[in-house]
Amino acid sequence: MTLRFHRAAYDAAAAHCEEGYPHEVTGLLAGDRSDWSVSAVIPLVNENTDNPARRYTVTAPAMMRAQRKITELGLEEVGYYHSHPKHPAQYSDEDRDKAWPNMAYPIFSVLEGAVANVRSWRLRDDRSAMDEEDIELIED
Amino acid sequence: MAVTIHIPTALRSYAGDNASVDVDGATVGDALSALTTQYPTLSKHLRTGDGKLRSFVNVYLGDEDIRYLDQEATAVSDGATLSIVPSIAGGW
Repeated sequence: MTLRFHRAAYDAAAAHCEEGYPHEVTGLLAGDRSDWSVSAVIPLVNENTDNPARRYTVTAPAMMRAQRKITELGLEEVGYYHSHPKHPAQYSDEDRDKAWPNMAYPIFSVLEGAVANVRSWRLRDDRSAMDEEDIELIED
Repeated sequence: MAVTIHIPTALRSYAGDNASVDVDGATVGDALSALTTQYPTLSKHLRTGDGKLRSFVNVYLGDEDIRYLDQEATAVSDGATLSIVPSIAGGW
């Protein structure tokens, strides 16, 4: 699999990750599931108050609002991005345990306030691990 | 009771690529069991090994989160709509 980010969507996700530093941020990727292209991102509020530098949570009401927005845009839900402040873009056990299948999970590593690396992951059917996928940038 | 269950995008490939599935059941739990009987591979994404709904799996009866009703014992009326709604979480 390859996750195909249109440049503007990638830049918007990266900017959100840097603005939120040193806290984790997250958002929905909207686009076309037939070719896994992302044409818009919907930034979400990290509702985790216990440890927002290392954890993110978005509850169902906010997810439903974001999904309605995606439908209004005529797009589909392609995946969810989140940041790892001061940490590599490797998925964690926590990421895997909470992941949904058939969704792209790009992780933006943010070091000293700037995106240093991005890697994207997909949950296996048996939930045992996440596999890395390629990321392609589409220059519009 | 005939119940319609809305399936989130992430799980549709395990439910015959359907956005919604009609099942029979008297309670939310019955309806979910009917769904996973029909589509067994859905189960591991909805429930933990001990059979509880995963923490990031939310089930709504109409507009109400079943956590604030009678959870899976919540009775459903004929024609009710259940929605499986993802929440997302993670971190390092």
